[in-house]
Amino acid sequence: MRFAVFENKIIPDKLLDSPQKTLQISSIEKIPLQKKNPSYKYNQELQQQLSGKQLLLDDLAYPLSEIHQHYENGHLQYRKGIIIEKSKHTCNRCGNRDKHLFAWFPCARCGEKCFYCRKCIMMGRVTTCTPLLSWTGPESQLNVKGPQLHWSGTLSIGQQTASKRVKESVLNNKELLVWAVCGAGKTEVLFEGIDAALTTGKRVCLATPRTDVVLELTPRLKKVFPNIPVASLYGGSEGRHLNAPLTITTTHQLLRFYQAFDTVILDEVDAFPYSVEETLQFAVRQSRKQVSSMIYLTATPNEKWQKECNQGKREFVTIPARFHRHPLPVPHFKWCGNWEKQLKKERLPQNVLQWIKQRLDSQKQSLLFIPKIDKMERILPIARQLHPKIEAVHAEDPLRKEKVQAMRNKEIPMLLTTTILERGVTFPNIDVAVIGTEDRIFTESALVQIAGRVGRSSHAPGGDITFFHYGKTEAMIRARKQILHMNAEARKKGLIDY
Amino acid sequence: MKNYSLVTYNDFAKEMIAQYKFRGDYVLASVFAAFMKKKLSSIPFDLIVPIPLSDERLYERGFNQSEALIQACGHEPRRLLSRIHTEKQSKKSRSERIHLSQVFQIVQTIPDQKILLIDDIYTTGSTLRHAAKCLKEAGAHSISSFTFARG
Ligand SMILES: [Zn+2]
Ligand SMILES: [Zn+2]
Repeated sequence: MRFAVFENKIIPDKLLDSPQKTLQISSIEKIPLQKKNPSYKYNQELQQQLSGKQLLLDDLAYPLSEIHQHYENGHLQYRKGIIIEKSKHTCNRCGNRDKHLFAWFPCARCGEKCFYCRKCIMMGRVTTCTPLLSWTGPESQLNVKGPQLHWSGTLSIGQQTASKRVKESVLNNKELLVWAVCGAGKTEVLFEGIDAALTTGKRVCLATPRTDVVLELTPRLKKVFPNIPVASLYGGSEGRHLNAPLTITTTHQLLRFYQAFDTVILDEVDAFPYSVEETLQFAVRQSRKQVSSMIYLTATPNEKWQKECNQGKREFVTIPARFHRHPLPVPHFKWCGNWEKQLKKERLPQNVLQWIKQRLDSQKQSLLFIPKIDKMERILPIARQLHPKIEAVHAEDPLRKEKVQAMRNKEIPMLLTTTILERGVTFPNIDVAVIGTEDRIFTESALVQIAGRVGRSSHAPGGDITFFHYGKTEAMIRARKQILHMNAEARKKGLIDY
Repeated sequence: MKNYSLVTYNDFAKEMIAQYKFRGDYVLASVFAAFMKKKLSSIPFDLIVPIPLSDERLYERGFNQSEALIQACGHEPRRLLSRIHTEKQSKKSRSERIHLSQVFQIVQTIPDQKILLIDDIYTTGSTLRHAAKCLKEAGAHSISSFTFARG
């Protein structure tokens, strides 16, 4: 579509009574806002759908004339879908600036060359002639009355400290990093902070990179906040326009929001590869209100963040011990030579073989992490000679869920896996080994997460974690150091009994 | 009418075509064209004609997917047809689509030449047959069709 530009407003071409010079929205220098008409009878459904969002016209089922009337009465804002600066494009929805991720086509909507963002095209195409729509009218009321938390559990001492800090940050619109070891119970740490936010009329968002986590957290949070609407958003979910006091979403869906939340909690910050971190930061920035709080949750912050914490440049709180007050299992390093070469001869290094045999003999379940699928496929038949029920699982495996369940049911003695099981999944009593730990895919945080699979249950708080390698890496050393450091800190703070 | 197709409409082709046509990732036209060009050079034709979209559909998608394929193959699309019907065809059942009354009309004089119709996908073939019938009755010498995928 195109817009005609007048002195203090713009009008879509379709709504013009007489021919005018028109432009793609990206070519308009400044898009004027309209003065808010306080007596305007706005469409309340539109308010519900558009509050705190940035949507496309195609996302809304209202006639353009009605939408535009809201603009003329200062209840709606048009923003450029794509910003052009010095002939460089930036997607205003996803922040993409990579010129390889822009393309153009002869556009039937605006009748000229139209550039579009390929990066966020899954959410509907944003082009140089696409306006992003946001609500500027009265905010919709959340109607949350009084404290909402219904939870009778108790927090560990480490959790209590963190919980208090979260609450403070929420109430004072501050940023905070919660650095909680795997198994510390980080979700419970959020409850009081979320409740404080809701009680003071704030809108809260809990974002995570993985759909699995959204699906897992939604029922948990609905259970402890039973009397408020909770929106649960992921690719393909229903009710994406639901305007709830508490939203649980994948970070990807966050791209539909614009200045929506008073509190954003970002889970598993370490799960993001470095390359997507920029997009993520952009999505989070867009979704936050100008005055708002931000809580980051992680079991292992990246190097940069660790440094910022150490230098006092970042507010943070640690939960260095697990809920069951046992120390984190510390990884053993074992050199296993050129295992890939051995694999070509259909052999496994002796010490790896030994490790597997010991687990099978003592009937202790185990996970073996392998850097690549093709290597895993070579290891599986060798392992099966030791036990026919050993299985392997990877991200694209159609039987992934079934195999994980079989492992839970103790029907499988050992599961070979790629990094797909590095986080999220917990089995109560297992040993874990990594083969080829020198591979680049095993970053410091991946290794801390993998080690974190061991000793999760209070009935079996110990266990073995071994990194088999063909040359120690910096990531291995740093991962081990991080675990030792957390154990030392936990001891010092009296959070470990054993 | 002879129809040429390159690939079967499997899950991969389906996903690619959805990304191209429904999500509007126009650059994929050149990916399809890379495969189509060679075949195209072995098909005898004088004029190459895209299957037209209704105005609403064209606005919705921003471009005509078969026209973009023709251009990406380095040819000039000849817009000899337009649509009469505007209903969403994809919402109709297969048999309804086959028994649809005439959907196209001629917009300019049709020369007595070999015409090649282009579309992204051949499913029931009814769309292409309707277009062919329309062109034939208006005086085309012969009509064949070429689609990227066949369902
Ligand atoms: Zn984008
Ligand atoms: Zn356009």
